[in-house]
Amino acid sequence: MHQFTIAELTQGLRRKDFSSTELTQHYLDRIARLDTTYNSYITVTPELALAQAAAADKRLAAGDAPALCGIPIAHKDIFCTTGVRTSCASRMLDNFIAPYNATIVENYLAAGVVMLGKTNMDEFAMGSSNETSYYGPVKNPWATDCVPGGSSGGSAAAVAAHLAPGATASDTGGSIRQPAALCGLTGIKPTYGRVSRWGMIAFASSLDQAGTLTRTAEDAALMMNDLASFDPKDSTCVERDVPDYTADLNNPLTGLKIGVPKEYFGEGLNPQTAAHVEAAIKVYEKLGATIHSISLPHTHLAVPAYYVIAPAECSANLSRFDGVRYGYRCENPKDLADLYKRSRAEGFGDEVKRRILVGSYALSAGYYDAYYSKAQKVRRLIKQDFVDAFTQVDVILGPTSPSPAFAFGSKTKDPVAMYLEDIYTIATNLAGLPGLSIPCGMVDNKPVGLQLIGDYFAEARLLNVAHQFQQSTDFHQQTAPGIE
Amino acid sequence: MAVDRSDIAKLAELARIAISENTADQVANSISDVLALVDQLQAVNTDGVVPMAHPLDAIQRLRADEVTEPNQRERFQAIAPATQDGLYLVPQVIE
Repeated sequence: MHQFTIAELTQGLRRKDFSSTELTQHYLDRIARLDTTYNSYITVTPELALAQAAAADKRLAAGDAPALCGIPIAHKDIFCTTGVRTSCASRMLDNFIAPYNATIVENYLAAGVVMLGKTNMDEFAMGSSNETSYYGPVKNPWATDCVPGGSSGGSAAAVAAHLAPGATASDTGGSIRQPAALCGLTGIKPTYGRVSRWGMIAFASSLDQAGTLTRTAEDAALMMNDLASFDPKDSTCVERDVPDYTADLNNPLTGLKIGVPKEYFGEGLNPQTAAHVEAAIKVYEKLGATIHSISLPHTHLAVPAYYVIAPAECSANLSRFDGVRYGYRCENPKDLADLYKRSRAEGFGDEVKRRILVGSYALSAGYYDAYYSKAQKVRRLIKQDFVDAFTQVDVILGPTSPSPAFAFGSKTKDPVAMYLEDIYTIATNLAGLPGLSIPCGMVDNKPVGLQLIGDYFAEARLLNVAHQFQQSTDFHQQTAPGIE
Repeated sequence: MAVDRSDIAKLAELARIAISENTADQVANSISDVLALVDQLQAVNTDGVVPMAHPLDAIQRLRADEVTEPNQRERFQAIAPATQDGLYLVPQVIE
């Protein structure tokens, strides 16, 4: 059953080839048997999953079940889940049982979707390799000596190892698309404001956006239908109708204008990765698209602007973790200041502390204009590059990440080298645009990701462009070695 | 801009994170590396550019001033490290 895509599983459930209970038990058995290798889950919730599956089976039998009813998925451990530990992969929240559900968790519950458990990630979503997790690194199913990418590394590894047919994830600077690339999956980050952030533990509020990791673009479209919603509880959520994201999947690409930014093919890009992206461009030409060379001249400033804005916002957001109301508290604090300082020193890992300190610096008296205000101005220049480009083209195409999955420990000693892993994905978050990654080849038996960037709220178009590629290629059907 | 151990002490106080004496130099170095990366921004001419806070330049949505959430103190305090009589307990602040 685990070979099937979500789209195929929805058919199987309706044909009664298997029940949701059987399907859910099958995935739970696989997780118990195989996840000791990958470490993709922090928490598995078998009792809850089987109860949800039994309820889904009743709805399916009644005949009017929603599309994804009975499909088991995994949630990234950044989304609050009532009564279930929500750790954000941090010691700070190791004992945190969420008292409420994130809106997206509610959306999937309402649709009859079953939760298998909560997936591993970089601590507070800060990282590109899943090596900052309090619960240990996740192994890439394609090469277990390599990282799965991050921060949604657990969600990516779980789907790539067929320990879930799909998973939720979040993307602040590339945290869905880069793991999708490194694990050979389809990962979509929607437009900022398309998906509710309520109950998604905040890292950088003006950049964070929830999305999905699946094996195909069709599955991503199915998951997007329940993920996207207007939520009055998130003041940045955009009030706008949610289309049926599957409706345009089969549209032909004749006349599609694809922009290829020259800045995405410069120094630092693995030549073999570049060759696969070039080959993908040829596929699109055959499908009737026209290719246009474009320029996004402020691309080189995206990583510097991000590493002011994201740490600044994180330093404010993470000030709520004080050892008083929930989460970790140090032993025997001698006074209130000691309680705060030691709870935070012991509860947060090194990368989280580094970003809080950088953010505190950027926002401190005398530096605000030089750092935060400057970065917000550069952010507008980066956005304007895209606005100008979308007057000429429909979608933008390039690599997702500079090279395939890298070995554990190879970038942990140099934070800046790790930050450059997201050089092609960060600008999309700064601009608030939707982005997607699909597999387009292999280098040294490791997957390569192709990134597609769309105009605001053009998720359906992006999924159409990705789906058509997957109808003409079989990269998305390849499975990691040992995954039958 | 590079930072040194005295800057780190100030930042540690602002961020309420204890940083031990023997790691202060190491922390200062890694923060300086990040600041060197972001200092590239200083070379950009941004005269007349309005800082961007929201990608869609959205404004704050307002709602009617109505009670929408019930009091759930017991539920929320059930996950607190220490409470008593409905209050959060911390070390004594006032003698």
